[in-house]
Amino acid sequence: MTQETLTAGEYIKHHLQNLVYGRLPDGSWAFASSPEQAKSMGFMSINVDTMFFSFFLGALFLFLFHRVAVRATSGVPGGWQNFVETVVEFVDRSVRDSFTSKNNMVAPMALTLFAWIFLMNMMDLIPVDWLPRLAHVLGIPYLRVVPSTDPNITFGMSITIFLLTLYYSIKVKGLGGFVGELTLQPFGKFALPANLLLEGVNLISKPVSLSLRLFGNMYAGEMIFILIALLFSQGVLLAVTGGVLQWVWAVFHLLIITLQAFIFMTLTIVYMDMAHQEHH
Amino acid sequence: MNINLTLIGQSITFLVFVWFCMKFIWPPIVAALEKRRVQIADGLAAADRGKHELELAARKAADSLKDAKAQAAEIVAQAEKRAGQIIEDAKQAAHAEGERQLTAAKAEIDQEANRAREALREQVAALAVAGAEKILRREINAQTHADLLNQLKAEL
Repeated sequence: MTQETLTAGEYIKHHLQNLVYGRLPDGSWAFASSPEQAKSMGFMSINVDTMFFSFFLGALFLFLFHRVAVRATSGVPGGWQNFVETVVEFVDRSVRDSFTSKNNMVAPMALTLFAWIFLMNMMDLIPVDWLPRLAHVLGIPYLRVVPSTDPNITFGMSITIFLLTLYYSIKVKGLGGFVGELTLQPFGKFALPANLLLEGVNLISKPVSLSLRLFGNMYAGEMIFILIALLFSQGVLLAVTGGVLQWVWAVFHLLIITLQAFIFMTLTIVYMDMAHQEHH
Repeated sequence: MNINLTLIGQSITFLVFVWFCMKFIWPPIVAALEKRRVQIADGLAAADRGKHELELAARKAADSLKDAKAQAAEIVAQAEKRAGQIIEDAKQAAHAEGERQLTAAKAEIDQEANRAREALREQVAALAVAGAEKILRREINAQTHADLLNQLKAEL
């Protein structure tokens, strides 16, 4: 019994461990061979697996959409162009609805975020053991295939968006206008510290909530897939139950991955819109 | 699970991807969509125009038909009127002719009667003269009394 619990715990831990490349305490660079070693590497390390899948999926999106873009015709669209156009129009409509200023970057950014995050989330639907098992055969000890379950990935995007909103806030309102927005409301200039505290929290909470929402949803989803996968080694009855559960959860998860990609995109548009507003 | 260089790597990747999308993907697709939108709008406008023209043509055709019908009706009415007139004229002509022929026949009959009467009168006169001659044979000489006899003949 103890052996079994340990195995289950190890199984989960193994699934949640990234493939980390970084500097070992002795100064040399190598792949971490255990979770402890990975932890000891600190900031000077990189999650090769999530970085790879993130890059691969983003490039896949760019490739697939670029193929349509170079051959874009205003005549009768083919099947794939039709699909791409539907997505582009959907994103375009969202941007038109929420973004009132003029900035040519917002719509392409929204499209990139939506498609990219959707694809990253989609990796969750691949049965949790397939790719790690394949990697194991190829000699790779750890592999996490869903980039959006890595906070580095979600924070990487949300912090970049945060910096962009800061940039556009200062560009549109001027430094004075931006500082004024932070310090002179909602209580007027005599309650400056209170204003700064409230607005500061307001400002910082945007990127944090943006990335944690995506990360939390995908992490929880992946965790449930891992727990369901644990049932497969527990006898025929539980394995069949696990199969059914996995199917049900995958169907439900389809909704979540689309919704999370959509929410991330919409909030990014809204934040960019707020950055472009003179008064809010 | 720890925060590391992946964060920065993802940031850079993100920016590059957004730039690529902004540069090479979004503009051509949106341009194509816009172009198609314009084409569809043009097509719909043309269809509307065609429909309008069709309506006009149909109205025009209906008008022409109505005119033609009215004209035809007028012609028929005129023809009927004219036919009636011709019949009336013919009737009158026939009547007049009949009248004339009747008058002529009457005149002839009168003439014939007069002639017959004349002939009769002459015969009566001749008879009277002959009778008188027979009665007066002895006493009257035809030569001597020729004047008298001729006068009598004329009176009869």
